Amino acid sequence: MTDPARDTDMREQARLVIVGGGPGGYAAAFRAADMGLQTVLIDPEVNPGGACLYRGCIPSKALLHVAQVLTEAREGPDFGITFAEPRIDLAQLRSWKDAIVTRLTTGLGSLVQKRKITYIQGRARFLDERSLEIDESGGKITRLPFKDAILATGSRPIALPGQPPASPRILDSSGALNPEEVPGSLLVIGGGYIGLELGTVYAALGTKVTVVEMTGGLLPGVDRDLVSMLKRRLDGLFADILLRTRVERLKEQKNGVMVDLVDRDGQKRTQRFQKVLVAVGRRPSSGELGLEKAGVTVDDRGFVQVDAQRRTSAPTIWAIGDVAGEPMLAHKATHEGRTAAEAIAGRKVAFEPRAIPAVVFTDPEIAWCGLTQDEARQQKREVKVVKLPWSASGRAATLNRSTGLTKLIVDPESERILGVGLAGPGAGELIAEGVLAMEMAAVADDLRLTIHPHPTLSETLMETAEELFPRHPGR
Amino acid sequence: MLQEVKVPEVAENVTEGKVVSILVSVGDEIERDQSLLELETEKAVVAIPAPFAGVVHEIKVGEGDTVAVGDVIVVLETDAKAPRAAAAEREAGEAAGRPEPQEAPEPAEEPEPEPEAPEPQEEPVPPEEPEPAAAPRAREPEPEAAAPASPSVRRLARELGADIHGITGSGPTGRITAQDVRDHVKRIVRSAEREVAPAWSEGAELPDFSRWGPTRTEHLSRVREITAEVMTRAWTTIPQVTQRDRADITDLEKFRRSHDRRLAEGAAGLSLTAVLLKVCATALRTFPRFNSSLDVRRKSLIYKEYVDIGVAVDTDRGLLVPVVRGVDGKGIAELSAELAALAAAARNKQIQPQQMEGGNFSISNLGGVGGTGFDPIVYPPQVAILGVSRAATEAVHRDGRFEPRLLLPLALSYDHRVIDGADGARFLRWICAALEQPWLLVMKGSTP
Repeated sequence: MTDPARDTDMREQARLVIVGGGPGGYAAAFRAADMGLQTVLIDPEVNPGGACLYRGCIPSKALLHVAQVLTEAREGPDFGITFAEPRIDLAQLRSWKDAIVTRLTTGLGSLVQKRKITYIQGRARFLDERSLEIDESGGKITRLPFKDAILATGSRPIALPGQPPASPRILDSSGALNPEEVPGSLLVIGGGYIGLELGTVYAALGTKVTVVEMTGGLLPGVDRDLVSMLKRRLDGLFADILLRTRVERLKEQKNGVMVDLVDRDGQKRTQRFQKVLVAVGRRPSSGELGLEKAGVTVDDRGFVQVDAQRRTSAPTIWAIGDVAGEPMLAHKATHEGRTAAEAIAGRKVAFEPRAIPAVVFTDPEIAWCGLTQDEARQQKREVKVVKLPWSASGRAATLNRSTGLTKLIVDPESERILGVGLAGPGAGELIAEGVLAMEMAAVADDLRLTIHPHPTLSETLMETAEELFPRHPGR
Repeated sequence: MLQEVKVPEVAENVTEGKVVSILVSVGDEIERDQSLLELETEKAVVAIPAPFAGVVHEIKVGEGDTVAVGDVIVVLETDAKAPRAAAAEREAGEAAGRPEPQEAPEPAEEPEPEPEAPEPQEEPVPPEEPEPAAAPRAREPEPEAAAPASPSVRRLARELGADIHGITGSGPTGRITAQDVRDHVKRIVRSAEREVAPAWSEGAELPDFSRWGPTRTEHLSRVREITAEVMTRAWTTIPQVTQRDRADITDLEKFRRSHDRRLAEGAAGLSLTAVLLKVCATALRTFPRFNSSLDVRRKSLIYKEYVDIGVAVDTDRGLLVPVVRGVDGKGIAELSAELAALAAAARNKQIQPQQMEGGNFSISNLGGVGGTGFDPIVYPPQVAILGVSRAATEAVHRDGRFEPRLLLPLALSYDHRVIDGADGARFLRWICAALEQPWLLVMKGSTP
């Protein structure tokens, strides 16, 4: 088992231990504690928050807000207001962003205390299906027996094969969130949401951004009509978007990174960028946790396999969030965490969402939930699709942003809403209505007959539903 | 066959355009007029429709490319198999006409979401290549399998142990409400209660007998379980009365002995139960109410035009009741042989379940074991049962003096909802009289 030379203190058996303090782990801990379960939460950071708060959703949205302010200021001349060229103080920008992260994570830390959850700063490994060994931050090794455990260790960025070790020139998403300088040029490898969001930030700060994507389009898997709304803008914002292009080699030099690119015709060229951001995806953090000792089955992509209640193949161990499967989204983890905590408390619950929203926080934002048009086509499923371009929206016009689209995918017979797609500013906020509509099994008529405030972008959902109903000529 | 799709003339004086987005992928089966890509020209963004159906073989352009009228954009495989009639997507304009396909398969109420299909890989990725950076994927159970119910209603159903997909919704477009879930569960509970009532197995907890001495536990056999259930139902639902009488079978026994003496060596003798079967059959014909069943739900009495009688047989598996069919149409010798065969089959476990179904009346003869009398329990849905104990010679006062007579103790239990006391007494007296003066049997319908 463990090295006999090392002293291990035995902790008292935990009713529930949660490994990982991200949005899945802390949500599970709060729910469990609220139901009266004695709960232990383990995370390497001083406070809960996980990748989402420390290195993901929150810092990136802070930076994207800054990018938005810069972009809108530059559009001022359109309506007769011209600002001087902005002066960017990166140290101040970082400390503002870090203050947000600190405020939110200490807030979570005090909620943990208030609920009398035992918080252990450290890294845990399973010894078997009933006990953990914890490498605590003070250097102490302790052993913790438990009745139930929830695994919520999340995911981490994928590195390119053969990629030189992380350096100030070759960044992953975590590094890119702490800009030390505004590079003159940046190559973003990967046209997924992380690459496009961070690319947007750097482009707004003044960097010449090039995006390289292996497949034939940005945001693979998202309906093309939504993506095209974004691409029109990114074509102007980014120096270049290279589709169906592969990165063959990265070579770090004194003044930049030499990148070998191979385009779709097999043509090779070499280009120098001051910095490179690798954003080719994330993989579940399921290694080095002793899962094999605990009898937890992991699939070939590294995801821990779970049942509807999020229980793994080891009956005392549960898994939630990124480590338990796609989609790797914080809000999915939170819901799974609550479900697992309730199941452990003996409630008959299951993770059974009708829709999980996804948002890309670019400008314009892209958001969708439920069935996509692409999936309907692949499944040979008959659907009715109605689209409304935002050029018809008064609110969009007043925002100086008429590029946008609202789309409803409905069942052709019942007109029940099967999917919602949005592109445009605020799409991430608007999609919540689509998710609620799907969860409530709403039909298009329900959206049409619900009064939406005027003038807002939310009206486009009501008006798109209206498009489904016959118009009588002459009336 | 491979056919090329070229950029059509989208508008007057438009010679080229920029590919804004590609709407199909290689391998997609597409239909005629389905949009292939969006082209941005000087005038507008237009969708380029497929001029014919087929499977996308190759896409010749990329997003952002500038193409001229006549350039090849997509190559379609056109003879790949007849395009299937699904996946037709209707854009807003067409949808405004609101077509109502009548023949479309019912999409709702499928049992369970299919297991998540493997990701369609556009191109096989060699291991040394970077993986395409996917957008956050919002994948959830197939909506076609999704019952129209809100999250709180679905949770309620799960907590009550009901399958949401089996519940019919009363709301608009079949939406399932919390009340629908409760009503569904109530219906199930009610029908289950009807089926198991009375729950004989819900007895009180037993004390721990090991406090007083060692015990051994044996699980009930199926026969024992059924007997327990039926007897509980009989005892708790049938208000029954037992009428007792004794038949003087001195002469009958004399006849039976002499008959058996005439039989060949080894042949089966005439059994008293066979005689009782014949007598009871005639009695049932004479008193048809005893040959009926009570239909409580429809408040009616069902008279049977046939006479099938069950005979209780003691086996090592427990009490079995094989049924002799059409007793009134058979002679005593025939009945005697049939009864012997049925009893043997019951004891050898060769009896078929259908041979024990459908009796109208039962006879339980414990005379072989002994005893002076017992009260049998009516076997539902029958309305009467005859219990027979051991015959004994007693001193009977006849014609001014005591004579030794062989008396057979009989007990008739009957369902008092169907049969009145006087009828019960008359029925049993009729049987006694028939046993005492067997020739009365031929005078069917008369009261001795």
